[in-house]
Amino acid sequence: MSEQAPGVHTYHPREFHRQAHEALDNPQIRANFRKAMDGLMAKRCDSFDDWDLEALRELGANIRLRALARLPDLLEQLEANCEANGVRVHWAEDGDEACRIVREICESHGATSVIKGKSMVTEEMHLNDHLEEAGIEALESDLGEYLVQLNQQTPSHIIMPAIHLNTDEISRIMHDKTGIERTRDVDAMTAAARQQLRERFMAAGVGVSGVNFAVAETGTLCLVENEGNGRMTTTVPPVHVAVTGIEKVVEHLRDVPPLYSLLTRSATGQHVTTYFNMIGSPRKEGERDGPKEVHLVLVDGGRSDIYQDDELLDTLRCIRCGACMNHCPVYTRVGGHTYGTTYPGPIGSILSPHLMGLEETRDLPTASSLCGACGEVCPVKIPIPDLLVRLRQESVGEGRGNVAGAGVKRSRKELAAWKGFQWLATHPSAWRAGTSMAGKLRGLTPAKLGAWTRHRTAPKPASTTLHALVKQHQAARTDKEECR
Amino acid sequence: MSARETILKRLRERADGALSAPESDFSVMTGRGWSPQERLARFEHWIGSVHGEVIHVAEDDWTGALTTLLVDKGVRRLALGKRHPVAAEARLALADAGVALVDVDRDIEQWQREQFENVDAGLTSTRGAIAETGSLWLWPTPDEPRLMSLVPPLHIAVLDAATLEDTFFDVMERHEWADGMPTNALLISGPSKTADIEQTLAYGVHGPRELVVIVRHATAADSHDTRPEA
Repeated sequence: MSEQAPGVHTYHPREFHRQAHEALDNPQIRANFRKAMDGLMAKRCDSFDDWDLEALRELGANIRLRALARLPDLLEQLEANCEANGVRVHWAEDGDEACRIVREICESHGATSVIKGKSMVTEEMHLNDHLEEAGIEALESDLGEYLVQLNQQTPSHIIMPAIHLNTDEISRIMHDKTGIERTRDVDAMTAAARQQLRERFMAAGVGVSGVNFAVAETGTLCLVENEGNGRMTTTVPPVHVAVTGIEKVVEHLRDVPPLYSLLTRSATGQHVTTYFNMIGSPRKEGERDGPKEVHLVLVDGGRSDIYQDDELLDTLRCIRCGACMNHCPVYTRVGGHTYGTTYPGPIGSILSPHLMGLEETRDLPTASSLCGACGEVCPVKIPIPDLLVRLRQESVGEGRGNVAGAGVKRSRKELAAWKGFQWLATHPSAWRAGTSMAGKLRGLTPAKLGAWTRHRTAPKPASTTLHALVKQHQAARTDKEECR
Repeated sequence: MSARETILKRLRERADGALSAPESDFSVMTGRGWSPQERLARFEHWIGSVHGEVIHVAEDDWTGALTTLLVDKGVRRLALGKRHPVAAEARLALADAGVALVDVDRDIEQWQREQFENVDAGLTSTRGAIAETGSLWLWPTPDEPRLMSLVPPLHIAVLDAATLEDTFFDVMERHEWADGMPTNALLISGPSKTADIEQTLAYGVHGPRELVVIVRHATAADSHDTRPEA
């Protein structure tokens, strides 16, 4: 990792609770997210108006399940078809290996500057830092990513990376970092960024992009975008390197339109994006533009571990729309940086533990009220709440134990407390004696009870237990009846 | 073992056993059954909703509309192909129109800066369009390369009304895309845009600021007039 500039805030999933408090205390952050998420929820809802949404979600889930069921075969088919089209395919077991592959491609072309289209997997593997260490400048070209990079931050949302910043803050960043005059005019700032980045597109030796869908049947790489920076990145530089997680493959070309329909509507409530860019091959003989070399880097990075387990497998269906974030009451309040991971929000909470281990991410599966909104809006029907519960079980050592760091939250004290409760609750006379004792000693209950009393008053056991009250009530009634 | 072998082996030797693949029902993606008028109305509604302009013209007079458009938009340098009938007809019509015609049958390396800085508009044909989303579909060729619809600030696309189809899925199936994909296939729905600055929509962030679609309607006596009713 490169050194952070002074004053730059870094976030870590281990510090989730502290970071959540800081975010909650920041009215600007809360206002920015609240406004954005409210708008996105309304837009998503409107955009499915004409559709049988359930049928479409069913199809989306089904396409992703089919792709996962045949994953190894499809990856081989994708590789064969890409190679036949002239696209060179590389495999990487982890992020470091993938970074090395990208760096070597850059070095083999003597490229000192790389222009990037939006790609979460390259964020996940810290590609920019890796390239900078090798003396290769990596510049983000998606406007939001560009702003976040100028501000030495990481994206706070997988679709809208700069959603945590408002116009005034962006105006200051553009002024401080690029020297343009201070303005609140969004068109003027956008035009300035266009000008700055066009130079960089022309100068870049390599363009690096992500992939939304990789089609095994035809060896086609699909990219979804509005800005045109994705098309620039994959067309202007002489070399294009596409980086993707191994789970992004789909079987057939016809699997693409349903997923595309779901993705744009779920993400931003758009019925379609400005560009749908399908890349088949490098520039062919006689063609006038486009890269002369195209590479595809297939990154595992923990995905084959998730793949082993029938329940956890569903995590890999994700098409990275971000709808679960937009609808999450926790994400909306604490924002994306609080999670301290590449993927924030509900999907991040079920994906990051596999990518980073539960040791680091132990608090993320609990960053949810289990209200169920994420599962309800997921376009490919990932049962996110169930997976959150499963990871909570793994973290206290009550799952199947096949997640790295499983059992990290297991505490002897807590375990003993539950064991004691279990014994009491199954021994009625002990239970009765215990509860009546608690009622008698209620004056001794401590006023401070850790996390509970930080925001609430301490509970006191009732002087008479419910059992005793019911008994008294029944006795009173019988007395009355006997009197009659 | 190579990374490739390791990954594939891990996937094949899955701990919870082999998975079964479900069948898919694609009926939700097709069968809209729109009339040509409905199709056109939807196309125009949707592309208009994302800032795309639509001009309706009779097939045999489309270059007149093009000339007017170029004057209205102040285009002085227009990039266009040579062989495609759209480009060939435009070249004939614009010979004396006072617009410089920029040839694109050159390798980009020879004229990249010129294209980025000195071209006002790119004129392209389209293969067809999609009513459901207001999208044009293009398969760029050596005659009309990929960057023509992206780099100049104005993209003018010529569309034949008869080539409109209902859905993306329909286009893909009817034209058998899976049997042979080109170097680059594109759907274009409006000009380049972003909402990355506090959700405020701004056009022309990297690609064209404006997209104008010239829709050509057949004029032969026996043809079906697809223009929306006035």
